Amino acid sequence: MSQKIEVKNANVYYGMEHALINVSMNIKANTVTALIGPSGCGKSTFLRLFNRMNDLIENCRVEGQILVDGQDIYNPKVNVNELRKSIGMVFQKPNPFPKSIYENVAYGLKVNGIKDKRLIEEKVEQSLKQAALWDEVKDKLKKSALALSGGQQQRLCIARALAVSPSVLLMDEPASALDPISTMKIEELIFNLKSSYTILIVTHNMQQATRTSDKTAFFYMGELVEYDDTRTLFTNPKFERTQNYITGRFG
Amino acid sequence: MKKKEIIVEKFLLVCTLITVFTSAAIIGILLYQTVYFFSEVSVWEFFTNTKWTPLYYVKNYGVLPLLAGTFLTTVISLLVSVPLGLTIAIYLSEYAPKRFREMVKPSLEILSAIPTIVYGFFALTFVTPLLQNIFPQMAGFNALSPGIVMGIMILPLVSSLSEDALHAVPRSLREASLAMGATRFQTSFRVVIPAAFSGIAVSVILAISRAVGETMIVAIAAGQQPQFTLNPFVPIKTATTYIVEVFSGDIEHDTVEYRTIFAVGMTLFVFTFILNNISYFLKKRFQTNL
Ligand SMILES: Nc1ncnc2c1ncn2[C@@H]1O[C@H](COP(=O)(O)OP(=O)(O)O)[C@@H](O)[C@H]1O
Ligand SMILES: [Mg+2]
Repeated sequence: MSQKIEVKNANVYYGMEHALINVSMNIKANTVTALIGPSGCGKSTFLRLFNRMNDLIENCRVEGQILVDGQDIYNPKVNVNELRKSIGMVFQKPNPFPKSIYENVAYGLKVNGIKDKRLIEEKVEQSLKQAALWDEVKDKLKKSALALSGGQQQRLCIARALAVSPSVLLMDEPASALDPISTMKIEELIFNLKSSYTILIVTHNMQQATRTSDKTAFFYMGELVEYDDTRTLFTNPKFERTQNYITGRFG
Repeated sequence: MKKKEIIVEKFLLVCTLITVFTSAAIIGILLYQTVYFFSEVSVWEFFTNTKWTPLYYVKNYGVLPLLAGTFLTTVISLLVSVPLGLTIAIYLSEYAPKRFREMVKPSLEILSAIPTIVYGFFALTFVTPLLQNIFPQMAGFNALSPGIVMGIMILPLVSSLSEDALHAVPRSLREASLAMGATRFQTSFRVVIPAAFSGIAVSVILAISRAVGETMIVAIAAGQQPQFTLNPFVPIKTATTYIVEVFSGDIEHDTVEYRTIFAVGMTLFVFTFILNNISYFLKKRFQTNL
């Protein structure tokens, strides 16, 4: 199988701070990759490389090569808006727009110039179904998204990201603000989405990483320490640092 | 320590009571004089007669010309301040680099530190002649020129408060939009502005209140003729200008003529009171929505 994502010697700087150091990683299509490591080790920075959200930070500088489907996404010719359409993102805190449930999911389609109402309706339904939210909201699509529970809001955000048909889904601690039942639903969802998407998920929860992912990458102080099959990394890590982290010997 | 705190507390209580009492007294006097006025002039005449000549030999007590004058100058000032203020606010909040924003915002606020009398003479001696070049039919005193200048004066109010409202929209909403491939423009107009809508509306309402209450600029540059018209080129008179005129004139107190100012004042008060309540309601909605 060919690589969906190839990272070659990526370095990220915030001003003088070297936040990501020489990271290289290959990710296959239709896999789930968990990114773990203590706070501030660069997981979010790494994740945000793929949809170029780091571009929005004023003093942020990126070096190295990042290929998605063989295309260098940092090539000046790349249309960032097109790129972001194909790489969806779900954030740590649910961030639905203060609009109706329907408008939230339709948003991505509308900003991409789709006007056909039937098509939008179909896509909204399909995305909400994929996000396992349809049954809970199908009767109140016109209601404000802010009236939903935190877990429902997060699934709505997932539906919103799926509506524009990305091929990659970036999830930055998507369940860290949620209760255990909502967390479980999100994990089930990730498992079901794997057949159609390549998923990268940042998590602080070791069980979550083992339950959801095929591969796990352990970051420490901006470096990729270890990257392996999830089972191998958790049962037989090569480095002591990884061992210490996954057994909870440091934060 | 304990005793000191009690004193401070009492002092603050007295301050609060003074404020409450003053407001109550103002409203009381206003109400009393207004009721008195309407015992001599019918409410119907007041609101339907299109002539306002209480100080002339033939007396007419129709407030419509004054309201028309206030309406006209207010609308003109809003046509200047709202589009311009919102554009500035959107630019500063969504596009400008942080440093530029921090520099421009205070310098805009200087505009509101200029005394209104300066604006008044600016309108009369600079803007009016300028406009007369474009509209030769325009009179020396008119609604257009002070309206525009008033708009410039309240511009910082609109831009500053709207910018605050836009700025208060969480970054995470912008990120969500951008991460879906929306452009910055789409993000501003489809997510940020709707999310800040009630806050922006509050700034516009305050601008209206400010324009309705503005006295000096219109007194200097709009003329002194109560005309029931919406023509921006002819002299008019606003409600506030009329009140000032009666106060500064030598009209005997305890006459109907004198009490007209309370009736006019009451009309303005009711209007701005309603506006303030709308803005209070919107502000609350804005805060709960974020
Ligand atoms: N916007 C930013 N500006 C400056 N430094 C940042 C910014 N975002 C992250 N950093 C720094 O980069 C490092 C990695 O951060 P991050 O990727 O958010 O870590 P993680 O997601 O693993 O907690 C941290 O030291 C953090 O202080
Ligand atoms: Mg993070």
